[in-house]
Amino acid sequence: MKPEVKNILNNSVKSGWVLEPLAKEIIKSYGLAASIFVWAKTMEEVLQGAKKVGYPLVAKIVSEKIIHKSDVGGVVVGVRDNNQMLEVFEKFSKLDGFDGVLLDEMLSGSEVIFGSKNDAQFGVVVMIGIGGTAVEVYKDVALRMAPVTKEIAVAALHSLKGIKLLQGYRGKEVVNLEKLAQAVVKFSDMAYDLKDEVESMDLNPVMCNKDKATVADARIILKTK
Amino acid sequence: MDLKKLVEPESIAVIGVSLTNPFNPANIIYSKNHYHYKARTYGVNPNGGSIYGQKIYTSITEIPDKIDLAVLAIRAELVPAALRECISKGVAGAIIISGGFAEAGRKDLQDEVVKISREHDFPVIGPNCIGIYSHPLIDTSFAQNERLIYTRRGNVSLISQSGGILLDLIIKLTQEGVGIARTVSVGNKAVVDEVELLKYFKNDNRTKVIGMYLEGFNAERGRLFIEEADKLNKPVVMFKSGKTPSGLKAVSSHTASIAGDYMVFSEVLKGSRAMEVETVGEFVSFCEAFSYYPKTAINNNICVISVSGGHGAMAADCCYTAGLNNVAIPSADQDKLRSLLSKNIQAIASLSNPLDLTGSTGDDDIYVTTKFFMDKDYVDCIVLLLLPYVPHLSSDIGARIAQLVMEYKKPIITYMPHVDKYGIFVDGFEANGIPVAHSVSGAITMAKGLARRRL
Repeated sequence: MKPEVKNILNNSVKSGWVLEPLAKEIIKSYGLAASIFVWAKTMEEVLQGAKKVGYPLVAKIVSEKIIHKSDVGGVVVGVRDNNQMLEVFEKFSKLDGFDGVLLDEMLSGSEVIFGSKNDAQFGVVVMIGIGGTAVEVYKDVALRMAPVTKEIAVAALHSLKGIKLLQGYRGKEVVNLEKLAQAVVKFSDMAYDLKDEVESMDLNPVMCNKDKATVADARIILKTK
Repeated sequence: MDLKKLVEPESIAVIGVSLTNPFNPANIIYSKNHYHYKARTYGVNPNGGSIYGQKIYTSITEIPDKIDLAVLAIRAELVPAALRECISKGVAGAIIISGGFAEAGRKDLQDEVVKISREHDFPVIGPNCIGIYSHPLIDTSFAQNERLIYTRRGNVSLISQSGGILLDLIIKLTQEGVGIARTVSVGNKAVVDEVELLKYFKNDNRTKVIGMYLEGFNAERGRLFIEEADKLNKPVVMFKSGKTPSGLKAVSSHTASIAGDYMVFSEVLKGSRAMEVETVGEFVSFCEAFSYYPKTAINNNICVISVSGGHGAMAADCCYTAGLNNVAIPSADQDKLRSLLSKNIQAIASLSNPLDLTGSTGDDDIYVTTKFFMDKDYVDCIVLLLLPYVPHLSSDIGARIAQLVMEYKKPIITYMPHVDKYGIFVDGFEANGIPVAHSVSGAITMAKGLARRRL
């Protein structure tokens, strides 16, 4: 484990989970692609950051107290300009434990979830599934013991019922399955490397298109020691 | 841990034989092994004496013979001291039949057993189990012979977390004509579990197929099991119970909330070479298929050859449900095959898959048709649906078809109604190395097993 990752995990022990911007730093250090983002804490930083990320963008609350951001209105998708950005900042700053705003690149593509958990019988396992927020409804997922080889990742992807949705079903954009499988392998290496510290992870969604698989949101839950 | 002497002992001591109660489990185990199995068998009871004219020893250390295996059927509290005696005698391993350990709230006693075992590298099966059946050496189950069935010698070995289910599975496999190599009931699996047994069966020449009934792996043992199963060149067929969710936990990640214990189990197995089955029927069919074809794995292109249109249609439905492909037969091949058939059926046989050779067919046409497709790369497996009601079918058909399996190294699976009257037809196949199912769906399930396997 790289020292900067260890550092982030150590600093997150108190809340029991890793704030999204820090979680994204971790996944980037394992070679996964993440959306372009800026963690801005003041109005000035917000306006500067928005310039870097570019409108339209996604604004998300950063707070140790808020793990389910959407539930408290802590996510605004498609922020158009500085005026709207400042309104959002104003609103977020009143939320519990406000620690800034995450300005996130808007990504398009098919939504895939990567997950991991520690299983009592099999140790750390990784999950891949289709459907973003609907994943809990359809449960179209595959689970394998981490780490996985490329071959296993490909076979697991093809075991999903919804694989057709990634292969250009009815005019949808074809997903680069090669890159997606590579990302699954990297994620599984990461999950295995972090198995002693991390209880479970969600990278949800991972946005997949013809070029690449990009992590748009990441949640890392730590083990309680 | 070396389990060889424990599973294949030349001598055993049964500890806990009663001088007064012939139905005591230890007495049943003692008499059964003494009279019916090959391992030299000695009884132990602290009071000594004799039963059935045989000397009963006051302690295992008193027995004037080397002992490979001790079978303990005594009160749980007495087990740790008995184990220590076994170790001082130089016994190679023990089976603890007795209950009254972790399953009854006495984890402390079980922990003591584990401690003794680990300290002396002394393998222990159980506690709370019926132990090992390893014909012709031993059978440590406490059911009298007349309550069990005669098994066939064979190559399927079983590992079961339940003794009762184990005996059920032995009966079902035997009824289907599948031969048993060895069986192990692991009970509480305090020391020896599925992982250790897989290592043993890997090197056991008699075992070609491993069937398992499992409720769950011990902590972290599932990963090791999968790693062993993936290294093993023998098929592992597993039936699991305890699949229903055990109450919802409040969890903060999607992954943890979606991936319940059984989903993880089932998915992880899909990624391994071990095969989970959904029903006991499927368990039996898979074990049967692999017992005849232990080194075979196929793609999913099936050719069904029937003597009845209805049976063919049923088989086609079963193939569809099982994810098998009723392979399309090119019309040129259909024409060629038709020219090879006898005048009896040439005009009436239906030669698209599933093939219907009709009730006018006989041995020669069935042989010619089967041979024709054995030679075709687009067919991975042939399922023959044969009915003894067909007048021209003879009991030689099995032996003739078996020659084709040897020649072409491609699996054939047969369906034939199983009633005593047709025994000679069935034996014609089974005795020559071709499995016979007693239902159409059973035959297709066997093909499904071969197609599921990854070498």
